[in-house]
Amino acid sequence: MIQQHHDPRFAAVDGAAVLAALRPCVAADALLHTTEEMRPYECDGLAAFRQLPLAVVLPANEAEVQAVVRTCHQLGVPVVARGAGTGLSGGAMPHPHGVVLSLAKMKSILSIDPAARMAVVQPGVRNLAISEAAAEYGLYYAPDPSSQIACSIGGNVAENSGGVHCLKYGLTVNNVLRLRVVNIDGEIMEIGSGGLDAAGYDLLALMIGSEGLLGIVTEVTVRLLPRPQKAQVILASFDDVQKAGDAVASIIAAGIVPAGLEMMDKPTTAAVEPFVNAGYDLDAEAILLCESDGTEEEVAADIAAMTAVLEKAGAKQIRVSRDEAERLKFWAGRKAAFPAVGRISPDYYCMDGTIPRKRLGEMLKAIAAMESKYRLRCCNVFHAGDGNLHPLILFDANVPGEFERTEAFGTEILELSVKLGGSITGEHGVGVEKIDAMCSQFDADSLAAFHRVKTAFDPDGLLNPGKAVPTLHRCAEFGRMHVHGGQLSHPDLPRF
Amino acid sequence: MDDIIRQWQDAVVAAQSPLRLCGGDSKSFYGEPSLGELFDTRAYRGVIDYEPSELVVTARCGTPLAELEAALADHGQMLAFEPPHFGAGATLGGCIATGLSGPRRASAGAARDFVLGTTLLDGSGRVLRFGGQVMKNVAGFDVSRLLVGSLGTLGLIAEVSLKVLPLPGMEVTLQLAMNECEAHIALARWIGENRPISASCWYDGVLSLRLSGATTAIAPARERIGGEVLASGEQFWREVREQQHFFFSGDAPLWRISLPALAAPLNLPGATLIEWFGAQRWVRGSAEIGPDALRARVAALGGHATLFRDSLPGVQRFQSLSPALQTVHARLKAAFDPRGIFNPGRMYAGL
Repeated sequence: MIQQHHDPRFAAVDGAAVLAALRPCVAADALLHTTEEMRPYECDGLAAFRQLPLAVVLPANEAEVQAVVRTCHQLGVPVVARGAGTGLSGGAMPHPHGVVLSLAKMKSILSIDPAARMAVVQPGVRNLAISEAAAEYGLYYAPDPSSQIACSIGGNVAENSGGVHCLKYGLTVNNVLRLRVVNIDGEIMEIGSGGLDAAGYDLLALMIGSEGLLGIVTEVTVRLLPRPQKAQVILASFDDVQKAGDAVASIIAAGIVPAGLEMMDKPTTAAVEPFVNAGYDLDAEAILLCESDGTEEEVAADIAAMTAVLEKAGAKQIRVSRDEAERLKFWAGRKAAFPAVGRISPDYYCMDGTIPRKRLGEMLKAIAAMESKYRLRCCNVFHAGDGNLHPLILFDANVPGEFERTEAFGTEILELSVKLGGSITGEHGVGVEKIDAMCSQFDADSLAAFHRVKTAFDPDGLLNPGKAVPTLHRCAEFGRMHVHGGQLSHPDLPRF
Repeated sequence: MDDIIRQWQDAVVAAQSPLRLCGGDSKSFYGEPSLGELFDTRAYRGVIDYEPSELVVTARCGTPLAELEAALADHGQMLAFEPPHFGAGATLGGCIATGLSGPRRASAGAARDFVLGTTLLDGSGRVLRFGGQVMKNVAGFDVSRLLVGSLGTLGLIAEVSLKVLPLPGMEVTLQLAMNECEAHIALARWIGENRPISASCWYDGVLSLRLSGATTAIAPARERIGGEVLASGEQFWREVREQQHFFFSGDAPLWRISLPALAAPLNLPGATLIEWFGAQRWVRGSAEIGPDALRARVAALGGHATLFRDSLPGVQRFQSLSPALQTVHARLKAAFDPRGIFNPGRMYAGL
C-alpha cells in the first residue's frame, strides 16, 4: 500500500470542526466519517494508492454540492470529487486532510431530446446508462471507455475519457456540449451552451480532462449519435509486427477512418486465447482488428477497401465477421486482454503512452530490448488507430528486486513515448500515478502556466490538490499502475 | 529555437504598450476593434511536419491557409472544419485565433475539435507548449483548445498541430423548397437516419444540403431526400463559407446567432440564412428589435448572439458573460498576459 505525501499546509485542518460544519449541508446518512464507512473510498481503480480522507459526503443535489464546497472553502479544506471510482491514475484518491465529494447520488437522466439528439444528465449517471436510455430512440453516446458499465459521466468529463472508437467519434471533449459547474466559491458556472459554441474562451475544453482541479461538475449535456445500422470487423494476422504497423498506416493513407483499429502482439494473443476462445491465429506475431460502422453500403465499401489494403500489406490471414455474434467474439479477446494477462502473471504494470503511429515499430523493438535489459516480459496491446499503447509489464512483487526493475522499465517506456513525439498518458489521466512523468513531457514554463490556470479557477488550491500537475520542485521520478494478483479494485470490468 | 521566435520573444519582453496581432489581415473586422502597434505574424510560416498516414499536420502561424489546404489536398486530406478564409491572405494563426468554422462544422466538428497541440508565445515572452501531435493525450490542461477563438488575447499562437481527415470520395448538393420549420424537421429526421449530410443552408424558402461520402452511401441518401441536384454545389458552399453569397451583401449589420439546432424560428424582421442544421443563424439588421432584446431572446433559447460584421454604436460584439465567468476570463488573461500586451479589448473590454 502506497500512501502519498501531502502538502503540509493542510496539516492544521481541524477534523471535528469540518465534520460539524458539514453536518447541516447534507442528510445525516450522506456524511461518512468512520474508518469502516470510508474504506470503500480510500482508492479508485489504481488500488495501490490508498488514503483515508477526513470525511466523505454524498450530496443529493446541486444545492448540497454548493453548500459542501462553500463550507470547505471557508475552512480551507481540500475537496476531492469522485464519480464511480473506476479511474486508473488515482485522480480520485482522497486527501488525508480533505473531504471526498462523491457525486454517486446524483444519477438522474434529466432529459433526452431525441430530435435534437442531446441528453442532459447528472454527473453520477453511468456512461452506458446514457446509451441504454437513448437506445429506444435509435441513439447512443459515442465515447465508450472500457469501464463504461460502471464509470460515470462526471468522471468521464474529469478524465476526458476515450474508448476504442475515438479515431472516428472523438473523446469526451468532442461529445459534450454544456456543463454546469460549481466553482470553489460555491457559485454556478454555465459552461458551453445549448448550441454548438458559447461566447468567450472555450472553457468547456479546459474543464474537460481537468481531473477535478477546476470545479465540480453537477450537470452534463451530451451529444447523442444515431446508432449505425451495421458494424463489421476484420481480424487480420501478420507474421511481423512492423508489417502490422505498416498496414495500419496504409489503411489511414487509403482515406479510410475505421470505427476501431486495434493491435495485439503474440504474447498477448497467447494469453487471451485460452481465456476467450476467440479463434485468434496463435502463430501470428501481431493481429489487427479493423472495424467499420455505418449504413450497409458504407460498411460494405469500407470492408472491401480495408481487406484490399491488408492483403497488399502482407496479412497472412484475413477473416471478416459474418454476423454480430462473430464480431463480438473477435472483440472479446481484445477486451479481455488485461484480465487474461492478470492470469498468466502474479502482477503487471499497465502503461498508457501514446506515440505517433509511424514510430510503433521502433517502440516495440525498444520494448523488446528492455525486456532483456530488465529481465521481465511485456505484453503489448495497442489502440493502433490513435497511437495509444498499453504495454503490460509482467512481474512478481514477491521476487525481491522485480518491482524496482518494473518501475525502471515503465519509466523508460514513458520517456521514450515523449521522445518519439507522444504523451505519457493517452486516456488514463495523470492523477497521482503519472504526476512525476509530467516533468518529462512539459518544461518548467509550461508547467508553471498550468499552475496559473489552476489558480484562475481555484486561487487557494483546494480542489484535488497534489494531482495532475506536479509542483516544479517535485519533478523527480515516474509512477504507474500497479496491479497485484490481477486485483484491480473493479476486477469485473474489462480493461482495454 | 527559431530566430524569428527569439526575435519575437525579445519584442514582447521589450513592449511597453499593446501589440495588435495580425496575420493576413482577413479577419480584422471580427471582434472589437483592437488598438496597439501592429505585430505581423506572417514571417513565421511553413509546414513543420506532415505525415498523411498519421492524420496530423503541424504548421507555423504565418502559413497561408490556402497553402496548407493545398498541401493536404495533394494527399487527399482536408481541414474538416472547413475554415472560412475571408480574404486571400488568411493564415493558420488567424484561423485558430478566431476559431471560426465553415459549413462542415455541424457534421465534422469545429476548429477546436481538430486542434491537438499548440506552441504559444505568452505575454511575458515565454514559449509554452501544450498538447502534442497525437490524437489521444490527456496530460495537462487542454490549453490548446482554450486558445482556439481566444482572438490572440492570451498570447501569440506560434505553431499548431491539427488532426486532418480524408477528403470525402464524393459530394453532391441537393436543393428542396421548404419553409424554415419544415427544413428543421426534415433535417432532424434525415440526420437521425444517419444520412451522410455534411452541410446545410436554408435561405429564402430553399434548403440546400450537401451529401459527402462514399458513392455507395450517397446514392440511397439522394433517393431518400429527393430535391434537385445543384451542379455548382462546390461554388455554392464556398460562397456560403466566405460570405460571398447574396445574403451577405449590402450594409446592414450582420448578426451570428448560435442556438440549439431545433430552437424555434426567431422570426426577426431582417433576412435570415441558417446553417449547421439550425445551430448557426445569420440575421441582417435587427434595428426594430434592438440588440439587447435580441440577445435576451437568444439567451432564453440557450444561445448567444455575435455582432459579426459592421459595428453599431454602443453595442459590444460578443454576448456578455455571467459574473462568475467574467472573473475566470479576467484571471486567465492575467495568467497568460499579465501586462495586457496582446490584443487588449479585442474580445471584451478590459480583457
